[in-house]
Amino acid sequence: MEDAILYDRLQFAFTITFHYLFPQLTMGLSLLIVILKSVSIVKKSPLHNLAARFWIKIFAINFVMGVVTGIPMEFQFGTNWAKFSELTGSIVGQTLAMEGTFSFFLESAFIGIMLFGEKKMSPKIHLLSCVLVFVGSWLSGFFILATHAWMQHPVGHVMGENGEFMLTSFSALFTNPWLFWEYLHTMIAAVVTASFVMAGIGAFYMLSGTSQEFGKLFLKVGVIAGFVSSSLVAFPTGDQQAKNVAEMQPSTLAAMEGLFETQEGAGIVLIGQPNMKQKRIDNPIHIPYILSLITYKRFDAEVKGMNEYPSDELPSNVPLLYYSFHIMVGLGTLFILLMFVALVQLYRKKLYHQRRLLWILMAAVPFPYIATTAGWMTAELGRQPWLVYGLMRTVDGASPSVSAGNTLFTLMGFVGLYFLLGTLFLFLVARIVKKGPEDEIATKYDE
Amino acid sequence: MEVTWLYIMAFMFIMYAILDGFDFGAGMIHLFLAKNEKESMLIKRSIGPFWDGNEVWLVASGGLLFMAFPKLYASFFSGFYLPLMMVLWLIMGRGISLELRNQLDNQIWKALWDKIFGISSLLLALIFGTAFGNVLRGVNLGGVENGVSLYEPHFFFAPLWTDFAHSENPGVIDWFSLFVGVIAVLVLIVHGGNWVLLKIESPFKKRVRKFTFIIALIVLMLMVISFFIVPTVRPTIYDNFSNSKLLLLIPFVSVVALILSAIFQKMERELAAFLSSSLFIAGMFISAVVSIYPAVLPSTNNVNPDLTIFNTSTSSYGLNIGLTWWIVGILLISGYTFMVHWMYRGKIADDANIYKQYH
Repeated sequence: MEDAILYDRLQFAFTITFHYLFPQLTMGLSLLIVILKSVSIVKKSPLHNLAARFWIKIFAINFVMGVVTGIPMEFQFGTNWAKFSELTGSIVGQTLAMEGTFSFFLESAFIGIMLFGEKKMSPKIHLLSCVLVFVGSWLSGFFILATHAWMQHPVGHVMGENGEFMLTSFSALFTNPWLFWEYLHTMIAAVVTASFVMAGIGAFYMLSGTSQEFGKLFLKVGVIAGFVSSSLVAFPTGDQQAKNVAEMQPSTLAAMEGLFETQEGAGIVLIGQPNMKQKRIDNPIHIPYILSLITYKRFDAEVKGMNEYPSDELPSNVPLLYYSFHIMVGLGTLFILLMFVALVQLYRKKLYHQRRLLWILMAAVPFPYIATTAGWMTAELGRQPWLVYGLMRTVDGASPSVSAGNTLFTLMGFVGLYFLLGTLFLFLVARIVKKGPEDEIATKYDE
Repeated sequence: MEVTWLYIMAFMFIMYAILDGFDFGAGMIHLFLAKNEKESMLIKRSIGPFWDGNEVWLVASGGLLFMAFPKLYASFFSGFYLPLMMVLWLIMGRGISLELRNQLDNQIWKALWDKIFGISSLLLALIFGTAFGNVLRGVNLGGVENGVSLYEPHFFFAPLWTDFAHSENPGVIDWFSLFVGVIAVLVLIVHGGNWVLLKIESPFKKRVRKFTFIIALIVLMLMVISFFIVPTVRPTIYDNFSNSKLLLLIPFVSVVALILSAIFQKMERELAAFLSSSLFIAGMFISAVVSIYPAVLPSTNNVNPDLTIFNTSTSSYGLNIGLTWWIVGILLISGYTFMVHWMYRGKIADDANIYKQYH
């Protein structure tokens, strides 16, 4: 049984991590496409329109990947986490079913027009379909995060006699105090990813000396959106999210921060390795008082450490949680710095010629993906050992009838299949980037 | 309220079977009949703008099942773990094959993805049909071995096969479920053929029409046989019908619809033929639901009771609120579906245009 839980968790972690590489770009890019398309209509600028067309192509491949890797997520609730599904279906089922009903149909109906309807439709209708695809993807994120927020901070239900959760307040699911900041934090992080991708490809064009006009446009949009979104991810959304953790999951906060002992005027660890045996951080670089300050707005506030909580209620993998959180925060801080420098250079009209900075922007593309992955690992590992925080343990949620061997088999299947998918994705996107946005001028839209 | 939700679930799954059914069928027509690039592209373009929207019905149906009947969802999805994982992989392979085929201008590359598209369509139809057979026949709820349950009474794990004719612990594939699976494959070939005939304009249609007609005759024969075969695995299958004779109209109408589909196709009334095969699918699905009602997943042992809509549903509060937003949702969905089909109305001619992007 122990093995089965391990493989169930690994399979879910692997498939969701791989899956989320795609929706984050979908959600962020759909916003940037709407911006490009709007500018092209307002300013009557063909350049912006061709740019939008170029990004819609990349969006399309990304979207398909998101859909095909998304279907297994919904299936796995039932296949691998049957006990969880049975007991929480009254709540989790609501939000997941609403996602399918209200956002997937919307997206799938309008993405066709977005991709292939430009010639048939007027520019305004085409813009409208871009907007609706954007709305659909952000709505989808909303329902998923409402589901997730409930698992982090369960509200609006009573417990039945067999341990089942019964919904008593539908509206409570959507006014969950956990949801608001988590939603903004996650969505804006998606915009960070899209901005970095756009700026990175812009930098690539500038450096390789092709598609200069487009390179400049992508850099400009990417850097401005990148600076705004990176800042908002940290403050206020990330900050408020951390306050929610401190208030609603204090043991998680202690583990995230690597705070072994309760302290007044607790400091924050920038770098260092948690040593679980000695219960300390090895080789720490740490700034005193800051944790107390940012959590409770007082330098001398007491922050509870892991020693306050029974070990079976602490996150089961403290070091991984600690690293995930620190990687996310560290990268997030670097993103703000990088985009700030790039923005200043953009303002001084020097960005397009500073090859070193362009190289950094290009090489930075994978890092928002790492940061969002680390962020999700923080959220998920931080909730352990619970599936529904404080109420249902992860070990009690798996399918009773599915053996470890079966899950291992399918896990291996997913690893192989996703390796293939990832390779194909990179190949296809690289082909579009190599052809360049000018290719769009040659494309005749005369169906 | 449970009964209302059974209607809704039946409606959702029927819509899924009719809509994704036609593109599975088109995939199989492609596998068996498309001989050259032109015919291949014609079939692809006939489903191009629709197939991914059709698959959303599966995701949405799964979500609604999860919400309304969580116990059934949990039992069904974990019990049919292996076939469902295969479904996932096939759906992925099929989706990618459609998207990737035209990315490289190379004959072997295209032929490879074409085969994957056709074979995954066939296997998906077979697995869904087999699963349908499993539901009709029932499963070993509770995982009973020698009179003792291995799991809670509503859980089970269906092995892929046992000995093909084991009545107490049947596998996913046994002689009966395979029989139903083959019927499903053939039904969807007819249905997909009707769709392709409706959407294209080409000399190629002659061959499709002939093939579809022959398969329709085989389906009719198998349907008649099935009326005698089903009671051997499930003796109570006609009880609901004999208690209320009016219900017999449903299977009757659907068999008539099947015959009409073949006749309309002979008369080249393609829309009528497609609607008839849709009605046939809906009718057979409803007949099956009626025949096992109130069960939704019967038990093959005497230890654990059938799963019914009453012992698997969520609280009435959840069902009520779900109904409220579902009504809004289905109106929107109908609007989108109508819009997409309206935008891509009409037939696809086999001129040079088919080599362009097939949406």
